Amino acid sequence: MTVIATDLVVARAGRVLLEHISFSLHPGNALVLKGANGIGKTTLLRGIAGLQPLMAGKLSVTDDSHVYAGHQDGHKAMLSVAENLTFWSRVFKGPPIERALEQFDLVALRNRLAGTLSAGQKRRLALARLCVTGRKVWILDEPTVSLDDAGVDLFSKTIDAHLAQGGSALISTHIDLGLKAPFDILDLSPFRATPRALAMDEAFL
Amino acid sequence: MIALLVRDIQLALRAGGGLGLGLAFFLILTTLVPFGVGADRQLLGAIAPGILWLGALLSCLLSLDRLFALDFEDGSLDLIATSPIPLEGVVLVKALSHWLTTGLPLVLGSAPLGLMLHLPAHGFGWMILSLLIGTPALSMIGCFGAALCVGVKRGGLLLSLLVLPLYIPTLIFGADVARRGATGMSVETPLLLLGGISLAAIALIPLAAAACLRVNLR
Repeated sequence: MTVIATDLVVARAGRVLLEHISFSLHPGNALVLKGANGIGKTTLLRGIAGLQPLMAGKLSVTDDSHVYAGHQDGHKAMLSVAENLTFWSRVFKGPPIERALEQFDLVALRNRLAGTLSAGQKRRLALARLCVTGRKVWILDEPTVSLDDAGVDLFSKTIDAHLAQGGSALISTHIDLGLKAPFDILDLSPFRATPRALAMDEAFL
Repeated sequence: MIALLVRDIQLALRAGGGLGLGLAFFLILTTLVPFGVGADRQLLGAIAPGILWLGALLSCLLSLDRLFALDFEDGSLDLIATSPIPLEGVVLVKALSHWLTTGLPLVLGSAPLGLMLHLPAHGFGWMILSLLIGTPALSMIGCFGAALCVGVKRGGLLLSLLVLPLYIPTLIFGADVARRGATGMSVETPLLLLGGISLAAIALIPLAAAACLRVNLR
């Protein structure tokens, strides 16, 4: 379940953003990515999640071990909280939704339509989704956006519990998460690529 | 994959899901034809197969742009793409749910509308059979267009321009089965070709549409 990245290069819209990124993420550990807006955190995470190709370098990930959560929550507005979670639990053949609802304080909201939730509640539902996937490696892109202090606290506790069970997490964030479990910080600023255009059109790779 | 199918059908049934929109459009379109061409029974009976096929085709087109665009906008397409379901499977499920919520109601609705257009009595079976075999191809080909246009702002019109020419073979052979059936001629050749188009679409389009989705998700 270890994720090992060696000398990764990521590009977006024909521009190389980051290069020479190497790290390893072991079970029970978290890696927090830091870096200014636009440096390429999202692009890197999407590349690791397999949503877009990495330009160069080697990435070793166990198949079907990771789950990705991005900026958008991905809820269906016309389905209830419980229906949204049940869908993901069935897709990933993961654990039942009850514990995830409790973990993110969503039990009282379980029959509310996801479209009627507040931004912070939606984000809590998006994070609860991670718990019902049963996946070990969580790839999270700014997971605490629009959460209040109590929400961030619930999130840190969940990450701590996930790591304690042998999971791992790759998190990009701008805030201090207050994790108790061991974690490393990877500041992306030194890896910023010298500005250059890509030689080929990435759409046809 | 069944979970995705159940979810899509559930969403189609909820408010704003657009179920019945295609059917209502089909109804209005075919109702307008007698006003346009006059109430001559023989003329209407002769053009009924073509009108019903055209109506079914255009109604199919109506709900296509929502197929992937909604999941793309709310971010769930990213999440589904990183889930254990292969994208080819996602395409197949999306096309199936589109057919169940749009194609199948059109097949059933064509019977009363054929009556309204004075379709000859022995033509009904062939009409329904041709739509039953042909509409899956419409959903599959439309699915490919929707995958190609995902992420394009105001992609609806572009989608129509891309998909309608691809619908031509299905329309030719589908309407031919219905027309030959209504006039009592042999329907074997167009029926086999129509079936061939549908089967080829079901076999090949998931691969092509999944490739389009992969490019568009970058």
